[in-house]
Amino acid sequence: MYQTPAIAGSPVLTVRKNVLTVRRNVLTHQRKRDILVDVAPGRPNTRRRQSGKLKGSEVRIDGVDKAFGEFPALIDVSLTVKKGEFFSLLGPSGCGKTTLLRIIAGFETPDVGSVLIDDVDILPIPPNRRHVNTVFQSYALFPHLSVFENIAFPLRLRGLGEKVVTQRVESYIELVRLHGQARKMPSQISGGQKQRVAIARALINEPDVLLLDEPLSALDAKLRQQLLIELDTIHDSVGVTFIYVTHDQQEALSVSDRVAVMNLGRVLQIGAPFEIYEQPADEFVANFIGDTNIQPAVVTSVEGELSRLDAEGLGPVVVTCDVPPEPGHTVRHTIRPEKIRISKKRPEGLAPNTNILQGLVDERIYSGFQSKFFVELPSGYVIKAFQQHARFLDDGPEIEWKDPVWVWWNANDGYVVTPRGGDE
Amino acid sequence: MRNRSGGLYTAPVTVWITVFFVVPLAIVVLYSFLEKGLYGGVRYRFSLDAYRALANPLIIRVAWTTFRIALVSTIGTVLLALPAAYYIARSSRRTMLLVLIIVPFWTNFLIRVYAWMAILGTNGFLNSILLSLGIIGEPVRFLYNQWAVIVVLIYTSLPFAILPLYASIEKFDFTLIEAARDLGASRFAAIVRIMIPNIRAGIVTAILFTFIPNFGEYAVPQLVGGRDSFMIGNVIARELTVTRNWPLAAAMALIITVITAGGMVVYSAANRTRGRGSGRRV
Repeated sequence: MYQTPAIAGSPVLTVRKNVLTVRRNVLTHQRKRDILVDVAPGRPNTRRRQSGKLKGSEVRIDGVDKAFGEFPALIDVSLTVKKGEFFSLLGPSGCGKTTLLRIIAGFETPDVGSVLIDDVDILPIPPNRRHVNTVFQSYALFPHLSVFENIAFPLRLRGLGEKVVTQRVESYIELVRLHGQARKMPSQISGGQKQRVAIARALINEPDVLLLDEPLSALDAKLRQQLLIELDTIHDSVGVTFIYVTHDQQEALSVSDRVAVMNLGRVLQIGAPFEIYEQPADEFVANFIGDTNIQPAVVTSVEGELSRLDAEGLGPVVVTCDVPPEPGHTVRHTIRPEKIRISKKRPEGLAPNTNILQGLVDERIYSGFQSKFFVELPSGYVIKAFQQHARFLDDGPEIEWKDPVWVWWNANDGYVVTPRGGDE
Repeated sequence: MRNRSGGLYTAPVTVWITVFFVVPLAIVVLYSFLEKGLYGGVRYRFSLDAYRALANPLIIRVAWTTFRIALVSTIGTVLLALPAAYYIARSSRRTMLLVLIIVPFWTNFLIRVYAWMAILGTNGFLNSILLSLGIIGEPVRFLYNQWAVIVVLIYTSLPFAILPLYASIEKFDFTLIEAARDLGASRFAAIVRIMIPNIRAGIVTAILFTFIPNFGEYAVPQLVGGRDSFMIGNVIARELTVTRNWPLAAAMALIITVITAGGMVVYSAANRTRGRGSGRRV
């Protein structure tokens, strides 16, 4: 037994909360996006922009195709990385992100398309003459050279004097915090230290663009977090363009100015992390980034920005859309689990355009800062709802396994996306 | 217990090496310090005559020739083996290529040298081709000189150089080459500064596996060499069988052994430093 949408009834809530609720309800997607942008000033990229010393280059990739034999690694890839940006290529393994990186570095040549750095076509330039340096996934430190000589290698190639070399290398050892390790051989230092050597070595030539190929994938979770923050700091201090390849959405979301989500050789969406998360372009992006509930849905009617859908497993739902879908079309409806409220008691005073459903708790996973509820609806569909824990706010009575519960969310929090991208 | 069974396991080898290596070597050392017998053999009286005879300018010249032939053939072998080993290590059909390298071993060594004589001979394969192409007017004498010896020595040593080089290149991480290129190294600089130092053990092995046997070579100069390519191995054979100065032959054999042992010392020294690398100043 469920009904949607339920319209707010009695004004039992406090006045203050009512005001908030009402305000939230008048928001359209356009407004939603404004709020998201408002949230952005706290992000590191803005801090970076204020520092105003962007030395890096712009990288423009235009219509790049690349196939290995029969296998298409990249299909019509176009994107522009702005000067000094921390740009991530995010996707599952085999999506083509590393191939794209290798094309920019000069280790692969595209079959079609062009790669421009500051409007100069770099494809005819061999890798050693491109002002692009790479931090390799396996670090690729030279095992026969000490930490110092590894970092000094690019300078030695240029035949710089001993004094200049020592001075420059020491300043980069300072930057990546490797004091006291200079004399050691690569086999004598830890994984995290190796990664720092690789970063210093790649930066010492002061490249216009730094490419990072899953640089943290070989490290354990804690160290990864720490190095990620350091990478962000290094990016702020050197100001060059970073292109960062990863399959880890957390890494990409937390440090990037913008992210390109790739799958099966195509770029599916390019945007700031909050855009990727809050406004996924298609089913693949919605599924790949974060956790979500996603269902096929038929558009039943459209009234301005409010669309009514018949979603598989959920029944009728309302959702707001910037670009209203065509009535009668099959789309995907998606709602993030953390945006769903859950309670044993039927909530009162709900805002208009709230979707509310009833179900049974099928599974509860306690994970410290939150609980994940898997709620089975009468249709058999299991919807995920995440509840944050706060000790002194009233979340209502504790919800247990097999409890009948209500789950609800606002139309503004749902999204309509196009069916699965990239793998037709 | 462990030590006792260890001794048990190594006993056959110990006996074998003692009987067939240590004892003959001891005899060689002993003979080199004795007087020569009138018709071969030795007289059991201490003498340094053999070592004095080594100072003979003729023998020194032969030693120099031997060294030069061994050196040139080693350099030629390693230079040819390096790209071949590189190619095999990078190839997707490496097993087949390795078998092809080993196939000649299935044929007797002397037969392979005779095959070279058939190729390089006055009426040989090479001469007939050059004649029929009109490049030369009359047959060239390729055989019976130093160059024939060097060519055949390079041929016989190639597998011994290719195999250790292949083994070390195959283990080499080619991402390092990409890293070097990425950091500004030309293709050549990347190979010289990054690849060569990291496959040093293979190179040293290839040099030793080529130089040591070639320095003591006897059959090849005997078959395809001439007056200018008389090597120490040939002198030893002559002293044993024709001139019958056994102490001198023993002394020369000992010198070769010392040089060989010296090579092994260099080899193990190179292996020891491999792990430590050559970190320059900090």
